Amino acid sequence: VREASTLQLLQLYTCLDQIQYIEWSSDSLFILCAMYKRGIVQVWSLEQPDWHCKIDEGSAGLVASCWSPDGRHILNTTEFHLRITVWSLCTKSVSYIKYPKACQQGIAFTKDGRYMAVAERRDCKDFISIFVCNDWQLLRHFDTETQDLFGIEWSPNGCVLAVWDTCLEYKILLYSLDGRLLATYRAYEWSLGIKSIAWSPSSQFLAIGSYDEKVRILNHVTWKKIIEFEHPATIANSKTIVYKEVEKSPSVETERLSFSPARALASSLFSTESKYDISQVPVSLQYIKPVADRANPKMGIGMLAFSPDNCFLATKNDNIPNAVWIWDIKKLKLFVVLEQLCAIQSFQWDPRQPRLAVCTGNSKVYLWSPAGCVSVQVPAEGDFPIVSLSWHSSGDSMVLLSKDNFCVCYLEREEI
Amino acid sequence: MGDWKTITVPVLSSDSKDIFQYTSEKKISPSSMNSQVLRLPLPSSKSVHSFFSAFCTEENIEQSISYLNRELTTLGFPSIYAESKGKELNLISIINCMNDLLVLQHKNLRAQEEVEMQHLKLGSDMDHLQNCYAKLKEQLELSKREIVGLQERDRQLQSKNRNLHQLLKNEKDEVQKLQNIISSRATQYNHDMKRKEREYNKLKERLHQLVMNKKDKKIAMEVLNYVGRADGKRGAWRTDKTEARNEEEMYKVLLSDYQERQKQLLVENAELKKVLQQMKKEIISLLPPQKQKPKERPEDGTVLSDLEEDIGELNKENMWELSCETVREQLTNSIRKQWRMLKNHVEKLDSQVSRVHSGALNDKDVISREDHELETEKLELEIQQCKEMIKTQQQLLQQQLMSPCDDDTTLLLQDCYLLEERERLQEEWRLFRDQKKNFEKERRSFTEAAIRLGLERKAFEEDRGAWLKQQFLSMSTDYKHCENVTTPSAFLGSSDQNKRLMKSTSQQRKPHCSLSRPVSAEPCQTSQYVTYNSSSAASKKPAGDSKIFQWQASDKEETE
Repeated sequence: VREASTLQLLQLYTCLDQIQYIEWSSDSLFILCAMYKRGIVQVWSLEQPDWHCKIDEGSAGLVASCWSPDGRHILNTTEFHLRITVWSLCTKSVSYIKYPKACQQGIAFTKDGRYMAVAERRDCKDFISIFVCNDWQLLRHFDTETQDLFGIEWSPNGCVLAVWDTCLEYKILLYSLDGRLLATYRAYEWSLGIKSIAWSPSSQFLAIGSYDEKVRILNHVTWKKIIEFEHPATIANSKTIVYKEVEKSPSVETERLSFSPARALASSLFSTESKYDISQVPVSLQYIKPVADRANPKMGIGMLAFSPDNCFLATKNDNIPNAVWIWDIKKLKLFVVLEQLCAIQSFQWDPRQPRLAVCTGNSKVYLWSPAGCVSVQVPAEGDFPIVSLSWHSSGDSMVLLSKDNFCVCYLEREEI
Repeated sequence: MGDWKTITVPVLSSDSKDIFQYTSEKKISPSSMNSQVLRLPLPSSKSVHSFFSAFCTEENIEQSISYLNRELTTLGFPSIYAESKGKELNLISIINCMNDLLVLQHKNLRAQEEVEMQHLKLGSDMDHLQNCYAKLKEQLELSKREIVGLQERDRQLQSKNRNLHQLLKNEKDEVQKLQNIISSRATQYNHDMKRKEREYNKLKERLHQLVMNKKDKKIAMEVLNYVGRADGKRGAWRTDKTEARNEEEMYKVLLSDYQERQKQLLVENAELKKVLQQMKKEIISLLPPQKQKPKERPEDGTVLSDLEEDIGELNKENMWELSCETVREQLTNSIRKQWRMLKNHVEKLDSQVSRVHSGALNDKDVISREDHELETEKLELEIQQCKEMIKTQQQLLQQQLMSPCDDDTTLLLQDCYLLEERERLQEEWRLFRDQKKNFEKERRSFTEAAIRLGLERKAFEEDRGAWLKQQFLSMSTDYKHCENVTTPSAFLGSSDQNKRLMKSTSQQRKPHCSLSRPVSAEPCQTSQYVTYNSSSAASKKPAGDSKIFQWQASDKEETE
């Protein structure tokens, strides 16, 4: 455990086995380390380094583990999704939730941590149970009209639960907190359906990304589609700005970047620098048509994220893996397209401002804001292929992770 | 009709043989000759004479006369005989008959000409019509061919269309079939999936039972010590009360969310209503007043009365609070009405503008856009200038106003300055007036001088003329005497005149204002005159030259 601002080593804990999953508790006092192979969860305390806790699932196995919002309960999903055990750190008691659904996002907590929705499946039918996190009392239990529930997600205001179906069916259901069905939305039949969804931070919009390379946005008043965003391979609208990452030959030292550069702009001898050029519209992007006879094809909108100020929506079309599309929500139009040299691995918005960090698997992190975009080289000796990144909650720094290493990137705040 | 042939021959060639031939034949058939006489074309005089000589010879005078008489009487002319029976010829009647026959002949010739002309015209018309007809026939054939071609194309396109429709139908059918296939397969898969899932569930249950039965000691939690709850409260039992409380809380959360949303919507509604009211007011103000359009008065009247009612109603503050259906409807309806009116108005304006552009520039009511733009530019310039003037005036006013804030001394000084200025101005006025008077005097004197000059010039001319005459006479008679006598006098006279001229020119050169133009013309003329004079004098004597040079030099001195 390191200090975030200075990266000073604070504690060092040793676990029994290789850790598959690690999570801080909500009050940042405990750390949960799950080792799925062994079926053990170990909890460490930051205040008391001597305190220890070990939860052993034994033959039940462990598939997933997570904290509850109050930071005192741990939910373990056993193997084959037989059940979810709720271990309490306060009372050492155990509760079971039977028949959980074996899907990607089967458990969802509301933002305020009061309620938890669990997807269940009994007798080939999907159900949702809503629990009160305080005492784990079942509040509501209702069935959903889905064929095969794929995921659930609460809206940020905690009043609406979005439930969507498997990709074979394009169907998304919206339930209110008390279990009433508010609306159903179905864009089309038969083709592959929803791939990803995202709520806007104000709960006003629900963005649905589907396999047909389109994003549909529903509004929270009528739950009807207000607009459809297309992701074509050719961008013809002259009002969109297309930033294209271009390799800069290392000998050329001239800094053509007119945007505010980040601190870590030192060039390494071995890696080539890159910069952004504004391409002239019309621009045609690299389009990849996936193999038709494979399951889970790499097509459609795989990543969706709203900016924290609710002004922008960043999307990635898996058919055009090198581009990030940024949409202006106020005008409901395409704003910017970032065209990278490599395929996008992940992107994340700064939790405080409309700043997007993108990583593509090479040792550069790319930042975009409405002022411009910049490509930052990680000053490492060798290669540092960034696999994922994560922002600090204050928006001042972010962690860049590669397979074996990690790096913290600090961003300077503009002095006014 | 062998006689026909014989007629043409004597016309063409005045062969005596033929004539004689004819005369022999004439005796045989007077009737045929009769026709021949009538059908005679314009023959040459010789042939006429030859012809008529052939008709009447010394032997058959009587016969021919009687024949002629018969013919003439049948034609309606009076008899050529003096009496009804007898052989004396009435010369007068013969002559009259001849005249009448000539007239008739002329008429007939003219008629013939006309007929021939008409004939030619008709012939050309015919040709023209035939050409037209041929062309039209060609065109008709061309268009027929075109029609045939187009019909053919039309048929082809229609058949294509039908084919495409058929294809479309086929495709649609295929799509429907595929969809049916997909749906049937989906149901099949679902069924299979459900079956497999049930099996899987059964396995899970079994496994669960086994796991539970084992009661593995390993499934346990090892904790060093209990951790306090995050919020510090103690754990509570689950009871009905807690259930009810949970429900309550959940509903509270939902309610609060709905309330917030409703508030937002209310705020939005109020804003939109305000905007609509503003828009309504602005639209009303934009619409043209009633006076200009008398036709629409009845409509406007009713609409406006409605509008007024609406305005009266909806401008009340309390109406804004109400959000009932009727008020909303009223508002939207009134806005729609007015928007329509505004649209019509704008459309009318557009059509007017387009009419103007298409050429109706005589319309006084409508000003063309260019004129309008020019005018607006001019007006803008004027406005700017006026603004600048106002600014400067304001500044001056401010300066003036500012000064009263100072002490009394400065006030007095200012007053003094003002008085001084005023006096200066008055003096200047006086000077100006004096100068004006002087100018007028000078102008008058100049005009008098000009008149005098004219008179003197006339006199001088006369003198010169007389002098030249004398000279001439003297030259011819007494060369040496007259020269010495006359020339100096002439010179003197001229010098006197020159001096007078000098004076006038000097006078003229002082006021260098508005009188310059006519003045300059005069001295030019006078100088020309003088030079002429000098040249004429110079040709006579060198002594005169010196005087003239003196004058010129003095003139130059005067000017310098």
